[in-house]
Amino acid sequence: MDKFLDSLFLNTSRIFAITVLVVLVALFIVLFKEAKPAIDAFGLQFLTNTRWAPNMDIFGGYPAIYGSIVSTAIAMLIATPIAIGIAIFLSELASPLVAAIVGMAVELLAAIPSIIYGMWGLFYLAPILKDIWGGSGLGLATAGVVLSIMIIPFMAAITRDAMKTTPDILKESAYGMGATRWEVLKDVVIPYVKSGIIGSIILALGRAIGETMAVTFVMGNAHKVPHSLFEAATSIPVTLANEFTEADTDLYYSSLFYLALILLVISFTVIAIAKFLFLKRVQEKKI
Amino acid sequence: MATVCEVKEEHIIEVKNFSFTYAGADKPNLKKINMPIGKNAVTALIGPSGCGKTTLLRCFNRMHDLYPGNRYDGEILLDGKNILGKKEDLIALRTRVGMIFQKPTPFPMSIFDNVAYGLRLQGIKSKSELEGRVETALKDSALWNEVGDRLKNPASALSGGQQQRLCIARAIAVEPEVLLFDEPTSALDPISTQSIEELVLKLKDKVTIAIVTHNMQQAARISDYTAFMYMGDLIEMGVTEELFITPKEDMTEQYITGKFG
Repeated sequence: MDKFLDSLFLNTSRIFAITVLVVLVALFIVLFKEAKPAIDAFGLQFLTNTRWAPNMDIFGGYPAIYGSIVSTAIAMLIATPIAIGIAIFLSELASPLVAAIVGMAVELLAAIPSIIYGMWGLFYLAPILKDIWGGSGLGLATAGVVLSIMIIPFMAAITRDAMKTTPDILKESAYGMGATRWEVLKDVVIPYVKSGIIGSIILALGRAIGETMAVTFVMGNAHKVPHSLFEAATSIPVTLANEFTEADTDLYYSSLFYLALILLVISFTVIAIAKFLFLKRVQEKKI
Repeated sequence: MATVCEVKEEHIIEVKNFSFTYAGADKPNLKKINMPIGKNAVTALIGPSGCGKTTLLRCFNRMHDLYPGNRYDGEILLDGKNILGKKEDLIALRTRVGMIFQKPTPFPMSIFDNVAYGLRLQGIKSKSELEGRVETALKDSALWNEVGDRLKNPASALSGGQQQRLCIARAIAVEPEVLLFDEPTSALDPISTQSIEELVLKLKDKVTIAIVTHNMQQAARISDYTAFMYMGDLIEMGVTEELFITPKEDMTEQYITGKFG
């Protein structure tokens, strides 16, 4: 009887675990199947074609792909130095009390639903940026700023966790040599956790590139490659969120799935690189 | 009151009425300790886990200052000067009092850069001086023959025993007056342990050594003086052979004969 229960337990939990793999594979299959007509019609040219003319059944994914990549790049440029600064402060410099309070605030910020960042971007940030940059205040630059603010807490929290993996004994050895805090950080902590920091940044990038709600409000929704960062543009998730209700032809519908498939592949690659190339090394390297 | 033998060497360190309290503890973790440490001698600190031997060792380079709220009372004199003052320059102190830890702690850099680390912190930039002093330190730590031809390789590629000798080379490169060893062989195999012990005996011509060890045979093999601690008290300090053969305190005798610990 005990044996039976034990194998029941084992097999039930095994089924649950396998479900994850099944969902993942099924997701890919469904996306691919739905995107198939568009893939047949446009092939890889879809990636470079800049025209998106639903009334003529012409669909090119370039403006959306471009918008996704550029807005994410802007967000990363702004967020990375700030997040690393926060992480250094929290893991190495702040007193335990301050680190606990600020650390908790950072984690709470990371939990704010992204649509709230989007609303804030549209109603408060866009008008300010409009005065500074001109134009409508909507576009890739604004989306980049909103995205950066959204990912800073996330990036700071995981970078801090990566930095905390530095063994105390290693830091103590450097202090024991007469190093200052800055020298310990620069010579020991950062080199030791370098791959963890890079992995954390790439994870944050994966989050930014798939983000929908925070940027839908502030992108401006124009299906073209903008001449400047301050003109209305679009991105893959924004296009998907806006256009499924309007997809009146099969090819239109299928093209949106093609975009979704591209986004999935990008996110998947990014996260795989972060997890397997960088974060894995952190776990292997233990003193 | 503890029984403390006479230390015939010059007292490079003099612990006087010294108590230490960890942050948040309601009573001292080290209680009114008095002991000298003789110059160019090896002093071993032994005692059961939690007796305070590592805590005491980490006071000699003020390592406890890395964590807030710890309190020192009394005096620890190094060359006759109290090192527990608020204004003590900890960076200068730690270049005079080096430390080796329970596990090897190579920095994530090359073998050469590891040994040159403390020298560079002191502002030495001359390539020839760095090379000369790195070579001397590696020879003094019996590592030169094994790594002399691959100084640019990452230190992490060395074996555990080699890494620990590298840490010793790194510490002696800055020519400290005192070296603190905190159970330096607890993570090593017997052969690596033996080479570290031989090294300690060789190094005492140049530097004063204080070593915390769990292993009484190790203390007996390499130390000139042994201090037995229990529950934050120094029970007895004696010339090593005398302490192990004819301990003066009952508690020491019980500990070294294995009745507790």
